[in-house]
Amino acid sequence: MINNRVFPWLDERLGLTTIYKTVLDRMVPKVNWWFTLGSATLFLFVMQAVTGIMLSVYYVPSPDKAYDSIEYIMTGVAFGWLIRGIHHWGATLMVITVFIHMLRVFFYAAYKYPREITWTTGVFLFLLTLGMGFTGYLLPWNQKAYWATTVGTSIAGSVPVIGDFILRDLRGGSDLSGVTLARFFSAHIWMLPAAIIALIGVHLYLVIRLGISSIPKENE
Amino acid sequence: MARSGNVTRRGFITSVMAFAGSIMGIVVGLPIIGYLVSPAIGGRKTDSWIPVGKLDTYPVGVPTVFSFTRSKINGWEKTTNSYSVYVLRGANDEVKVLSNVCTHLGCRVSYSKDTDTYACPCHDARFDRNGVVLSGPPPRPLDQYESKNDNGTLSIRVLES
Repeated sequence: MINNRVFPWLDERLGLTTIYKTVLDRMVPKVNWWFTLGSATLFLFVMQAVTGIMLSVYYVPSPDKAYDSIEYIMTGVAFGWLIRGIHHWGATLMVITVFIHMLRVFFYAAYKYPREITWTTGVFLFLLTLGMGFTGYLLPWNQKAYWATTVGTSIAGSVPVIGDFILRDLRGGSDLSGVTLARFFSAHIWMLPAAIIALIGVHLYLVIRLGISSIPKENE
Repeated sequence: MARSGNVTRRGFITSVMAFAGSIMGIVVGLPIIGYLVSPAIGGRKTDSWIPVGKLDTYPVGVPTVFSFTRSKINGWEKTTNSYSVYVLRGANDEVKVLSNVCTHLGCRVSYSKDTDTYACPCHDARFDRNGVVLSGPPPRPLDQYESKNDNGTLSIRVLES
């Protein structure tokens, strides 16, 4: 019933078969396991998005409640420890997979013509991923978070000439405060994810449009 | 017995994948549902007697308000709830204690001496001095607290879920 009537009706209107063939049935060269890291990263990103949305149900980005709300997630909410644990470890793992993915592309020279834009968007995706790690690290508002952000923003502040402006802009003032926490939270859940999703769209479109590169031969 | 030799490789893999996928979906989905509904289940019920002062201080025949607050922990926060009750002392020291929570949708009613009624501002409901509905949408009279008199000190029983 579903297969005989409903699916063809939907397919004719939505082009599901075309999407399936284009995205999943495309031709690929014979490659190895290093080529799975992009998909692994995408999977981790989706995982971070889902667990992150879940955490935002209970987390409060305010200096006097952030720590307590996370304490509540860890001890008071059913499976809170699991959701936060996945988000915590997934973040670390994602930085690792993104980085190794980048090394693979670099050493196989897969960034060359015609994939320069795929590479460029990938570089920005790498930086955005680090930005997610940096902003997310402050949110628990514990000692480690506070001092790591103090150090991190001070490093940014050591840039010549405009350093002080960057530091004040990151912190939302000259000191680390509730303003810092609020803007890091905003960056962590809205700005950076929006940029990442947009760039993933371009990145994947190019992967599908251009296909993936094969492993270079000895004389190439 | 029917022969089972007509299962194709593709069909077999599809079934196994569907089965394994369903299991994984449940394993991932149930914790998420549990996480979201967590505050709605469980929770501690409390049952306590709250002193509302000496009975002698309440005038006879006039509903008189007594206000107090109680705090409880909600998640990461200590919530302070305000309560107001109307104490109506009769001629022979019999006491009726009414809640000021409208039985319609939970707004707070207030007593007016001029009309000798309780009025709810939200949907214009009226109750008489004994809490009986005179007009408006409330489905039942104002809730009444159990009360006791210990050597002149009045207490009411407050149940919280």
